[in-house]
Amino acid sequence: MASNSSQAAETASPGMPQLDFSSFGNQIFWLVVTLVVIYVILTRVALPRIADVLAERRESISNDIAAAEDLKLKAVAAEETYDKALADARAEAGNIVEGAKAEMKAELATAISKADAEIAEKIVEGEKIIQEIRSNALESVEEVAKSTATAIIEALGGKDDSKFVDKAVSSEMKG
Amino acid sequence: MASEANSEGTGLVFHPMDQFIVKPLFGDGPVMWYTVTNVTLWMAFSVAAVVLLLVVGTSRRAIVPSRSQSIGELAYGFVYKMVEDVAGKDAVGYFPYIMTLFMFIVCANFLGLVPMSFTTTSHIAVTAVMAMGVFLTVTVIGFFKHGFSFLSLFWISSAPLPLRPILALIEIISYFVRPVSHSIRLAGNMMAGHAVIKVFAAFAGIAVIAPLSVLAITAIYALEILVSFIQAYVFAILTCVYLKDALHPHH
Repeated sequence: MASNSSQAAETASPGMPQLDFSSFGNQIFWLVVTLVVIYVILTRVALPRIADVLAERRESISNDIAAAEDLKLKAVAAEETYDKALADARAEAGNIVEGAKAEMKAELATAISKADAEIAEKIVEGEKIIQEIRSNALESVEEVAKSTATAIIEALGGKDDSKFVDKAVSSEMKG
Repeated sequence: MASEANSEGTGLVFHPMDQFIVKPLFGDGPVMWYTVTNVTLWMAFSVAAVVLLLVVGTSRRAIVPSRSQSIGELAYGFVYKMVEDVAGKDAVGYFPYIMTLFMFIVCANFLGLVPMSFTTTSHIAVTAVMAMGVFLTVTVIGFFKHGFSFLSLFWISSAPLPLRPILALIEIISYFVRPVSHSIRLAGNMMAGHAVIKVFAAFAGIAVIAPLSVLAITAIYALEILVSFIQAYVFAILTCVYLKDALHPHH
């Protein structure tokens, strides 16, 4: 330390070491060496390498962006096909429903007409039976009336005149 | 020295400028131009810092950069954009030159902030060589590219004719003052900050003032970190401005 301070006192005589011209040559020499070394290192190694890295990165980023764009287009296309398939399926389902409905309607109509025919037949049959029953009943009434009338005549002491009775009863019933 | 005389009485020792003394690393001999001195050592450190940041840091050439690589790329992009924006697209060829100056100054400035270090950029000899280098390069480029018409830089054709000779005189003076201001700005800033820190440090010898002194040193140190970067930036951007004048002398 002592030697240093004596050295300091010696060289710092102008007050500012910056103005000590005896050290200028030394500083300038080493500065030039330093700057040349840094310049050579930068131009030979550092700057080309950094420029390469930056260019490479820019390239890979633009490639990635292009790939992303591509994938996006693909996704849009896929979405379109999906939408189309969905619409097709929907239309088909509508068709099937429509067909089933028509089929059912037709089946229903034939069944109804069949049932109608059967019902009409049954009605006709029933009416026939009713007619029969009614005619039977009229005959019976005539018979009863005749026999009753004969019986009444007999009971009153009249002669059995069946022809007369028959005539009277039929005319009475017609009238 | 006056400060040393004062220190006898108060017990304080002021040696704010001792940190700037150039002395040989080995032995005590005189400082010859080839002597290995503390200047050599700290300039070597700044070369090492540049290599560490721009060569070692980027050696992996990663697409996704590590921290050191992104700092290197940031420095590259920062200076490159500055050259392109300030000096023009045709100045990109001079980018390695400006990058060299910027990286050296920024590394030397920050290494100077290491305690007990030697700040090479605080010496007028260093900054003057760089400024003169810029001045001569720019002037040579100007004359080489434009020949005699480079002088139209001083002849402001947009001014009224009677004023032009006066303006030309002022322009010429300001042109020749450029290297002076260019170099003194950097050296002055670096020297002043370091000297002020040393003065505050000397005041710490009084126990009562010591806490305040430490606080002040911390504050100045923070300021010096800012100044270290800004002065390197200013030096580089002024170089770009001068280069622009040489490449495009017509206003």
